[in-house]
Amino acid sequence: MAHSAPAISSNEGVAAKLGKAIGAALLETVEAYGEISFTVERKKLSTVLEKLREKHEYQQLVEIAGVDYPDRPERFEVCYHLLSLTRNHRIRVKVTTDEDTAVPSVTHIWEVAGWLEREVFDMYGVLFDGNTDLRRILTDYGFQGYPFRKDFPLTGYVEMRYSEEAKRVVYEPVKLAQDFRSFDFMSPWEGADYILPGDEKVGGEAPPATPKTTDKKSDTGAGKKANKEAAKKSDGKATKAKARAPKRTKSGTNKSGEGK
Amino acid sequence: MSDYLDEMDHLADSADPTVGDLEIQNFTINFGPQHPAAHGVLRMVMELDGEIVERVDPHIGLLHRGTEKLIEHKTYLQALPYFDRLDYCSPLAMEYSYVLAIEKLLDLEVPLRGQYLRVLFAELTRICNHMLNLGAHVMDVGAMTPNIWVFEIREQCLEFFERASGARMHSAWFRPGGVHRDVPLKLLTDIADWLDEFPTLFEDAMSLVVGNRIFKQRNVNIATVSKDDAVRWGFSGPVLRGSGVAWDLRKSQPYDVYDRMEFDVPVGTSGDCYDRFMVRVEEVRQSARIMRQCLNEMPDGPVSSSDRKIVPPKRAEMKQSMEALIHHFKLYTEGFHVPAGEVYVATESPKGEFGVYLVSDGTNKPYRCKIRPTAFSHLQAMDFMTKGHMLPDATAILGAIDIVFGECDR
Repeated sequence: MAHSAPAISSNEGVAAKLGKAIGAALLETVEAYGEISFTVERKKLSTVLEKLREKHEYQQLVEIAGVDYPDRPERFEVCYHLLSLTRNHRIRVKVTTDEDTAVPSVTHIWEVAGWLEREVFDMYGVLFDGNTDLRRILTDYGFQGYPFRKDFPLTGYVEMRYSEEAKRVVYEPVKLAQDFRSFDFMSPWEGADYILPGDEKVGGEAPPATPKTTDKKSDTGAGKKANKEAAKKSDGKATKAKARAPKRTKSGTNKSGEGK
Repeated sequence: MSDYLDEMDHLADSADPTVGDLEIQNFTINFGPQHPAAHGVLRMVMELDGEIVERVDPHIGLLHRGTEKLIEHKTYLQALPYFDRLDYCSPLAMEYSYVLAIEKLLDLEVPLRGQYLRVLFAELTRICNHMLNLGAHVMDVGAMTPNIWVFEIREQCLEFFERASGARMHSAWFRPGGVHRDVPLKLLTDIADWLDEFPTLFEDAMSLVVGNRIFKQRNVNIATVSKDDAVRWGFSGPVLRGSGVAWDLRKSQPYDVYDRMEFDVPVGTSGDCYDRFMVRVEEVRQSARIMRQCLNEMPDGPVSSSDRKIVPPKRAEMKQSMEALIHHFKLYTEGFHVPAGEVYVATESPKGEFGVYLVSDGTNKPYRCKIRPTAFSHLQAMDFMTKGHMLPDATAILGAIDIVFGECDR
């Protein structure tokens, strides 16, 4: 073992023993990086955790973490981290769920689960069946949405300021002076998931050429005529060279800044 | 109020004075969000029966900054400074869990000197944090002088942080693979001198309170928590040890060179506020002991891993080597990639078990970084601990569980 992270007691035989104890509710066991995690059936969660606490000495519920995987059919993972003080061991028990399906609450086993479940509810919108106090906890009073979901933008939707006119705090849609930028560092030769600029010509899949035409006068992008008075004062003809707003073109090739 | 007086007027009857007795309802008050004894922005809705607290509903999240979400959009190295800003009273202890989690995923070895330096400064952080908490606790229950004295010690700690990293508080000095840069020898000798000096002032300050009658009246038998309750409520750190559970992650799940250190784990006997206070007082002495061992045993050598795919090269090397320059550029733009997987790493921060649940998808950014704050579970038990105590005891209880909102709200 090269790293110097906290060392717990040996995992040897633990996964098999606890897997047997969990029984039919066990869906998957993963042992990686010296940590054991069990994925169990959602409905049986509270019986499993109760058994782990009563029979297998995992006395403390340390943490409940929500994780969002939007691509999965049941997008949320709720991870319960258990700690055994007597056996000096840690395990992780996971259940999966979606936006509408409630996870059984474990507040009757550990009081500490109350706020931990509230946090997962607040951040991900995961419902907990049996938690009698499922209020939002970390976000503002009256907050809408579930901020830690992957589809919730980092900058949020509203911003708050004190309005001198209204003499109170007001909420307004977020206005960003600069777009939030997220860079894609994937090397092109390691398999970028977009077509590199210029590559579209190779496969014969060139984007359909959109001929640039200026059939109508409105297509030119020119503004209104210049001030007639100003035109008169010069020799009368030479004012045609009015600056034309350059037509904005969408090149469509420079996608490299878009990110995955 | 005028309604109430009218009612009183109406009911007062000189012939039958008992008629005027009203049924008194419980009184609900806000404790905070801006209250010096709340140790930050904490709003507690308290229901009082006279001066007895019937119910406490802590409203937290006033300092919620979405750190975990921000971390998902940063590279592993860029996310590091966010940890300083969690528990801003013990910043290095916050970084500790995070760098260990990354190292666990990368299976990265840290040179011995780096490990010793991290333990040394983690313990210095513990002293620094306890100086603030012990001082604040005695001030919460009415004593002024010890706080000012121990702040002097805290100031000296912060100067050491500054000399090591350039920043007094937000050091960002622990890095995946070791520490950012080596410390000068003079700093280590100065710390050694200081370790001989500061206990005098510290013991002086503590002698003013630990045997003090008023201090004991305010703390002994306040918010007594049994062993079982402490475990069930998810307590950790000094609060758990105050209840008599000898559980210290530095001992039971040693990381870095803690397994080479000799130190005692103090435990309380009755699980009240006084025990929690005294556990911290003893922890300061033990931390000083660990620091002395670190200074005596610390070997020479590199302070961070030489794996150039993770740890950036030093500046001088960059001036000579093209390869080092490329590594430097890649590490400060793209950052390093961490193998897919998930780990939960918890260290003994001054306030308790501070954990980081890091989920990596193999890219240069964490997929999910769940932070397990210590204050969350302690504060949740506020209702349970405060019920039946007097209103002024609430400040003693808050002081004894040592909460900082940067970490609680994240």
